[in-house]
Amino acid sequence: MTHMFFILTVALYGCATAAYLTCLLRTLPALALWASRILAVGFTAHLLSTIHLASKMKYLPLTNMQESLSFFSLAIVGGFIFFERKYKVTTLGSFVTPVALVMLIASSSLHVAVRQLHPILQSNWFWFHAMLAFVSYASFTIAAGVDVMYLIQRRFLKTKHFGALFQKLPSLETMDEISYRCLTVGFPLLTVAIISGAIWSEQAIGSYWVWDHKQTWSLIIWFIYAALLHGRLTIGWRGKRAAILSIFGFIVVLFSFLAMEHSIIW
Amino acid sequence: MNIIVVGLSHKTATVEIREKVAFSPNQIEKPLGELIGLEGIIEGVIVSTCNRVEIYATTRDVAGGIARIKRFMAEYHRLPFESLEPHLYSYHAEAAIRHVFRVASSLDSMIVGEPQILGQIKTSYGYAAEFKSSGIILNRFLHKAFSVAKRVRTETKIASSAVSVAFAAVELAKKILGDLSDKTVMLIGAGEMCELAAKHFLNSGAKGVIVTNRTFERAERLAEEFGGEAVRFESFLEHLHRADIVLSSTGAPHCIIGPEDAKEIVKRRRSKPIFFIDIAVPRDIDPKVDDVENAYLFTVDHLQEIVQANLAQRSLEAEKAEEIIDQEIGQFHKWLSTLEVTPAIVALRSRFDEIRRAELDKTIAGWKDLPPDAEKRLEALTVAMMNKLLHTPTSVLKQAGQGGRVDLYIDALRQLFELESLQRDDEELELEE
Repeated sequence: MTHMFFILTVALYGCATAAYLTCLLRTLPALALWASRILAVGFTAHLLSTIHLASKMKYLPLTNMQESLSFFSLAIVGGFIFFERKYKVTTLGSFVTPVALVMLIASSSLHVAVRQLHPILQSNWFWFHAMLAFVSYASFTIAAGVDVMYLIQRRFLKTKHFGALFQKLPSLETMDEISYRCLTVGFPLLTVAIISGAIWSEQAIGSYWVWDHKQTWSLIIWFIYAALLHGRLTIGWRGKRAAILSIFGFIVVLFSFLAMEHSIIW
Repeated sequence: MNIIVVGLSHKTATVEIREKVAFSPNQIEKPLGELIGLEGIIEGVIVSTCNRVEIYATTRDVAGGIARIKRFMAEYHRLPFESLEPHLYSYHAEAAIRHVFRVASSLDSMIVGEPQILGQIKTSYGYAAEFKSSGIILNRFLHKAFSVAKRVRTETKIASSAVSVAFAAVELAKKILGDLSDKTVMLIGAGEMCELAAKHFLNSGAKGVIVTNRTFERAERLAEEFGGEAVRFESFLEHLHRADIVLSSTGAPHCIIGPEDAKEIVKRRRSKPIFFIDIAVPRDIDPKVDDVENAYLFTVDHLQEIVQANLAQRSLEAEKAEEIIDQEIGQFHKWLSTLEVTPAIVALRSRFDEIRRAELDKTIAGWKDLPPDAEKRLEALTVAMMNKLLHTPTSVLKQAGQGGRVDLYIDALRQLFELESLQRDDEELELEE
């Protein structure tokens, strides 16, 4: 059952991604509408499969790489659907849905043997920590996607190149606002995630902070986004520099997520 | 029945000629009356805009109708026919339908895609309807033209792009600043283009205008006109940071805004983007301003480029529009031909039925000891015979209607079966879609 939903989700995300990418190359308003419909159905299937898995296993599916990638992807798509409805930014789909699709495919290719849940994961602080962390990561992913678009659009404006893509991309102001919104959601969530993670660490191994790779990199990420937000609020850091820093932040997020093993879990 | 079009447009006549044959909307009743008074002309609509003067009419006699309308246009405006005739074009049948669909969809306009023409045709049709010079065919025809134009507008992007420099500036501003409703425009110097662009910005929702000019009185006058605020030219840099959009067109011999000024302004704006448009020649704004982060500088040449690109895009969209028109012509033409055929079929049937009934009545009246169900049976028998006999002629007629040879058949029918009722009735006939 869960597996069926999962296959369905991959197929639907695949179709939606193909549609969004086609929309980038050609102007097809009807296709854009379908892309967003297909993605919405895919998201529903994804959500149902996650809920089904959670109720079957009696825990939130965030305990290994396979489950985490799937949840990460779910959060990205959910966030994108919200922004697409709110700001009418179809083109964002072309930049964000491929990321979600790749994560989901990577997740499905990982086979994890059924195993006993490690006792230290059976803590409410852990679920709380992991869920917030992934929602904040998803926000940063969408911010990075929109910032890539910002840099492309800015380049078109500076080089006075007014092609079809220029027409399709949203205004600089809109993209700036979406990026800022993502930051203001992602950063507080990350902060709470780090604190709850520390509390969980204390429960699990008796120490709030052990300076393992995961914790160290989380802190680095926190500082990057803190700097970005601070720069924006105090001296009005916007535009190119802010966009580049946000994209850099995302790369670090991705690196720490994929490369840094959690010494507590794995 | 045939639809004919006679007229001239910016493609065939210069403005000097067009203005001579224009019909004033205030006195449209008189020419409309004269038009349908012409021999053989049944319905008529006159469309008169600054780019075209066209007459749409229905007639049974295509060649005669076109000739009479051409002559009418010359005589009504007291012009020598020979001087007007070379500028006039005329269409009939499918070409006429296509022409009117194209005009209504703004494919024949001077600026393809401009939206006014549809409204102008609607107004012209309104007069014709008011003075009862249009009838069932032209009513249907023009309503169809309006729906085709609407389809073209919604299904192609023919009217969606900016084709004037001022409008291009607004579109560009939206790409940078997003929603313009809380944005302020600053006008430096005066000039027609600058003012036009400012008007466009205000129409697009810009919140306020700041005006500066070397002559302060001039600035005050303009500010009053736009409901904005005037500032002295000597201190305009002090106010620049309040503007999101800066339109500059002074006659200054050298730049009045340099990259250092721009940097300072962007800093004061806490990096909120600012959009400069330099309309002046020689330039008012140093091209290096564009290198400043969050400042975007465009010149008239850039805007012109956008306009050109949009025009090219429009001609691409126009091809799609032509396809839509092709589809719609087929449909309308079908309707027009059934309009002729249907009354013929109806008349033929009623003629047959008349004879059948008469003969049936005669037979029954003279028949003694009639079995109880015989009357019913006879009725069924004769109806079946009539239907069988009429089946082939009916389908041949319907096909002829679509093939365009319909007049020939109808004439033959009229003579063979004495279908006199056909001659006048069809003008009153209203048909379903």
